[in-house]
Amino acid sequence: MISGNDNSGPARPDAGVPRTDKTKATLAAVLLGIPILALAWVPSYAKDEPELWGFPFFFWYQFLWVLVTSAATWAAYRLMLAARR
Amino acid sequence: MNAPSPLAATTDVNWVAMSVLVALFVLVTVLGFMATRFRRAESLDNLDEWGLGGRRFGTWVTWFLLGGDLYTAYTFVAVPAAMFSLGAVAGFFAVPYTIVLYPIIFIFMARLWSVSHRHGYVTPADFVRGRYDDRNLSLAVAVTGFVATMPYIALQLVGIQAVLEVAGFGGNDNVIVKDLPLFIAFAVLAAYTYSSGLRAPAVIAFVKDFLIYLVVIVAIIYLPSQVGGWDAVFGAAEEKMNSTNEATGAPTGSFIPGGGEYWAYATLALGSALALFMYPHSVTASLSSESRNTIRRNAAILPAYSFVLGLLALLGWVAIAAGTQPVGADGEPNAQLVIPQLFEDQFSSWFAGVAFAAVAIGALVPAAIMSIAAANTFTRNIYKEWIKKDATPAEEAKVSKLMSLVVKAFALVFVLTLDKQNAINFQLLGGIWILQTFPAIVISLFTRWFHRWGLLAGWAVGMVYGTVEAYRVVNPVTGKHFGGSLGEIPGLGEMGYIAMTAFSINIIVAVAITLLLNALEVSNGTDHTTPGDYFADRDDPRVKADLAEGDDLTRGEPTRGD
Repeated sequence: MISGNDNSGPARPDAGVPRTDKTKATLAAVLLGIPILALAWVPSYAKDEPELWGFPFFFWYQFLWVLVTSAATWAAYRLMLAARR
Repeated sequence: MNAPSPLAATTDVNWVAMSVLVALFVLVTVLGFMATRFRRAESLDNLDEWGLGGRRFGTWVTWFLLGGDLYTAYTFVAVPAAMFSLGAVAGFFAVPYTIVLYPIIFIFMARLWSVSHRHGYVTPADFVRGRYDDRNLSLAVAVTGFVATMPYIALQLVGIQAVLEVAGFGGNDNVIVKDLPLFIAFAVLAAYTYSSGLRAPAVIAFVKDFLIYLVVIVAIIYLPSQVGGWDAVFGAAEEKMNSTNEATGAPTGSFIPGGGEYWAYATLALGSALALFMYPHSVTASLSSESRNTIRRNAAILPAYSFVLGLLALLGWVAIAAGTQPVGADGEPNAQLVIPQLFEDQFSSWFAGVAFAAVAIGALVPAAIMSIAAANTFTRNIYKEWIKKDATPAEEAKVSKLMSLVVKAFALVFVLTLDKQNAINFQLLGGIWILQTFPAIVISLFTRWFHRWGLLAGWAVGMVYGTVEAYRVVNPVTGKHFGGSLGEIPGLGEMGYIAMTAFSINIIVAVAITLLLNALEVSNGTDHTTPGDYFADRDDPRVKADLAEGDDLTRGEPTRGD
């Protein structure tokens, strides 16, 4: 059965919830939130100039965010590991 | 380059390219059947083994599998096609979409992995069932996932068809000869998915991703220099997008989103990102990873595919500069053919064959995973829940395997008998629909504040609103309904992604009904999960102990061999 006869037992409501360092977790959340806000703010990058290697700003800027977000997500991952150590 | 021949070039079969395509296809077929040996299990006769590959895929296998699963052949055909014909808003939004996707799944997917791992959930609807003990809400999630996945599978066939058409098949008037290659491809796919389950696409994904990276990197280095460099590419694109479309009197498309298009660009990106991991096939690939952190590590390394997708999108504009004329076998212009046509025009025949194979094999991986995921959803949340409650794990695996065949057969019939515009329309609708399951799945991972009937009501209103709004979008050229995914955002006067508007209405309704039902103290069902379930990991000694006694799991044996 999917459910109904779970064997997890009664009580101990918070059993298994790891202690979390709030500062580090908040920092991780900020790192994850920045790319979402930055890319949702389209007017900040919907423009031609400055160009880079023939690419209008609009395009190379978003390619740059691929790398930045990847780094930020990795940092968030390390932070969450540290926060629950 | 092909020398122009007296015969019409587009209907000529490119035999060199075709041979390379067939050879690579045979290679992945052999790999697909041999995949049962990959991290071999004692038996594939249960859903964990057949449908989730034994839940043992590490970081790199998961990277290939998810990459192969999410960046589909249709994406590789449709995104550059949208760039080619409509420009940046319709096409390049795929880049921010696949960037913001990863922070979003980082936040919730580890929790879904953990709770699913503890309770033997195979689908998102399983989780919803366990969270509220409500089979109606679970059914809504399951049916939405199932229905949204079907046209997506059909579109993978459209991707293969595009390649075959450019390679020279499809021009034949004989219906059987024309569709035979597609039929064979899908029959072979069905056979090895049936025998190897999720292991087949996992193995084939290695080949697919290698080919895609190879082709895109070669194309992005070589092609712009053939047409005068990136300046010429962007110049040609800007000129085309700013020119007037004779049918509408408006500009052809957008080079860079203008003032009225910011909301459209942002909501398309965000809405698509929120929706993608609600599809059963994304969840299936994620749950097959070996630990809760595998998916988080992948959130950091999967953007490599987003980079490639961005480059591929720009190939649509390289095609503008190259003067590519995508014309179908029927003599009609068809933008969907632009990427295969660009490759055939610009590459030597054998490399065009490699590129065609990359797209065709790229269709097989997601089609396999989607059919497995749709089949799992049917088995767990419809068959077992509503039809045969006492189904054994062996019976579940059997029903799933059969269902994966039915789903693929349906997709094939859909594409071969109906206008493929129908598949595209349904996929557009599918994207709107699937986002409406987000509150029931993702919000429920964090809180049970929302009432199950509030979530159900929000879902229903979102589904109806999204469908009606999508119907009301009329293509200005053809005059047909379901002409696009943008509609006016009520109260804002800006155009936005219909799915996001429907999603907002969904949340508002869910909150309102929740407040009402909580005030009336209506029961919010029974929660079969505990807070600790959402953090459980494979290395945690408590989890191992739980697994050892885990008779709540669906797998037939008490422990899992690892």
